[in-house]
Amino acid sequence: MPDSSAFAPQYASIPHRDHTAELGMWVFIATEVLLFGGLILAYFVYRHAFPQGFAAGSRHTEIVIGTANTAVLLTSSFLVAWAVEVFSPATTRIVTWLLVGAACLGLVFIALKGIEYSKEYDEHLVPGIDFQFAGPKANGVQLFFIFYFIATAIHALHMLIGICLLLTLATICRKAPTTRHHTALHSAALYWHFVDVVWIFLFALIYLPGRSTS
Amino acid sequence: MTDWRPPLALIGAWLGLLALLALTVTLAYVPLGAGNAAVALIIGTIKAGLVAAIFMELRHRSGLTLVFAGAGLFWLGILLYLGSMDFLTRT
Repeated sequence: MPDSSAFAPQYASIPHRDHTAELGMWVFIATEVLLFGGLILAYFVYRHAFPQGFAAGSRHTEIVIGTANTAVLLTSSFLVAWAVEVFSPATTRIVTWLLVGAACLGLVFIALKGIEYSKEYDEHLVPGIDFQFAGPKANGVQLFFIFYFIATAIHALHMLIGICLLLTLATICRKAPTTRHHTALHSAALYWHFVDVVWIFLFALIYLPGRSTS
Repeated sequence: MTDWRPPLALIGAWLGLLALLALTVTLAYVPLGAGNAAVALIIGTIKAGLVAAIFMELRHRSGLTLVFAGAGLFWLGILLYLGSMDFLTRT
């Protein structure tokens, strides 16, 4: 793969530049871990305080859509990892299509999330806008859905940013890819996989509790 | 011809992740009491580990990269551990 241009003076070599980019991406991911970590801490505190309400709230989420979305996201991560692995000037076509495919799966995820949000709105489960839930568990259920909407909305925002990144890279990498493009793609891929990991945990915390009881 | 096929490790990780997803959804419907939450989080952690090791290529990395990747987990551990201590020990 050609090295398009000289590297900046602070680097000793091109691998040094690429390694620095990777470390920088991991520092960014660490800050993101703490962003979602704070939300998840709040989740555990309130689930501990309202175990029945959280189980009841979880049973009102759409597990079919949640499971489908998890599979969609895992598959799109696979396509991105594939693109990074085979990236070279001879494979620009397939890399472009893999990235476009991954971005399309990201859009499928967003679309399914939209359907889910509208179902929850119809069921009066949106705190602050239209929330009605009868019975003693109402407070816990409301806290669950506050977490649900904040966490999934922040996650969906990350997805939208990731989709833009993937489409931008698909466009850039179409012509004469260089090692710089490979590094950029690798950084974007780390971000995309991280968003996938966040969803893996959100899925376990949002959709799975309370399924074995009624 | 340049090889465009995905390495077997990637395909294996992808299929493994989908299998774990099916397993965790199935187990969520099996009454295990407090075990349900533990099973969901353990399977989630295994899935995250697969993504980190294979998709994020951490299995090919060493030293400094692993320290940087582990730093986030280290601070997350402090956040969750100290943050939940008060609530879990209140009577």
